[in-house]
Amino acid sequence: MTAHDAHDHHGHDHEEASELSETELRVRAIQTILVEKGYTDAAAVDAIVEAYETKIGPHIGARIVARAWTDPEFRQALLTDASKAAAPFGYQGKIGDHLVVVENTPKRHNMVVCTLCSCYPWDVLGLPPVWYKSFAYRSRAVKEPRAVLAEFGVTVPSDTAIHVWDSTAEVRYMVLPERPSGTEGWTEEQLAALVTRDSMVGTDVLRVRGNIPA
Amino acid sequence: MNGIHDMGGMDGFGPVDPVETGGVFHAEWEGKVMAVSRVMGAIGAWNIDQARYGIEKLPPQLYLKSYYRRWLERFERALVDYGYAEADEIAAGHSLRPGRTPPRGKFTLADVERTSHRGTYTRPEVAPAKFAEGDRVLARNMHPKTHTRLPRYVRGHVGVVERVHGCHVLPDTAAIGQGENPQWLYTVQFDGRDLWGQDADPTVKVSVEAFEPYLERA
Repeated sequence: MTAHDAHDHHGHDHEEASELSETELRVRAIQTILVEKGYTDAAAVDAIVEAYETKIGPHIGARIVARAWTDPEFRQALLTDASKAAAPFGYQGKIGDHLVVVENTPKRHNMVVCTLCSCYPWDVLGLPPVWYKSFAYRSRAVKEPRAVLAEFGVTVPSDTAIHVWDSTAEVRYMVLPERPSGTEGWTEEQLAALVTRDSMVGTDVLRVRGNIPA
Repeated sequence: MNGIHDMGGMDGFGPVDPVETGGVFHAEWEGKVMAVSRVMGAIGAWNIDQARYGIEKLPPQLYLKSYYRRWLERFERALVDYGYAEADEIAAGHSLRPGRTPPRGKFTLADVERTSHRGTYTRPEVAPAKFAEGDRVLARNMHPKTHTRLPRYVRGHVGVVERVHGCHVLPDTAAIGQGENPQWLYTVQFDGRDLWGQDADPTVKVSVEAFEPYLERA
């Protein structure tokens, strides 16, 4: 038995291979072929999964937002060249190219979508949530963004412009949400804990909910 | 291609369900499919545009299955299309003959960190940019049978150049093995009413990224 087999058996709570679904068997087949042909090994595949499960996620974006709220120079640098400015916050101290940060203001609310597939700023937010990849979001965000926002429980004032960014090339967008009132004097760590993933995609508006985070 | 993937502006998919359940992956196989896809990109087996085109070419009834099922369907086809495995091997679940040598060699644990960031798609400028910020441009009424990144809902509409990004790899040629063919890339902003009619929300602007061959001066 290889280490890979042992891992799968553990993950499936001692199910036998014959009880795996057709999809699971197909995925096992392609990974086996890749390893047997020498294109990669099982440890490298597992490490990629682990990176996106534990290391690369919206906590990176939240820290960038908190810094931008507390450091005007950083905020300006971020809006000018986000890949460069945000690099120290990225996994391994790096953010990939072509990141653009767009700032919400009382006059303008930004929303990000990919109508053609699922382009998303992985380097700062990790993998996209299911709703971002859903046909409903992809089809409607560009046409009726206020109705979509309402489904998230978000109401944007009728005189605030809504700008939807459809990620149709390799440029990636992250929203810099407005800093909510009632957060004066908070530390960067407290602020970062307030920032939701959805607020950095533009489908959430931040408010202070309950107690100040510890 | 005017495929099922080009969803902007379609009706009928119902409301968005913003509630997330479970973790990053909803089953172990989903993470594996994502990871092996990253591996084959990293070793140079196929590029990102070929990968996207692979999904677009799936029959619509397969496309409409779950997200990572699409990735799996695409992945099996790409292995065969680009010569990295054969159909009998996929059916057998094992390699039956030696593989080909990937352009960038085997992907190992040491490559994981290096490939966990987006690469750059900027290329040297091939000619002066035709358009500048503030220019009015028409998104061409074009309907190629192969891969393109100009969504249907902007074709034939006039927008304004909002940002000039430099020259980037052109997906339309990269997806069909005709080279990177770098072209100027622009952010083009459209008024919601131009796209969706005079009854549409007057406060909405929609931007797309558009390559120079997608545009003409308005």
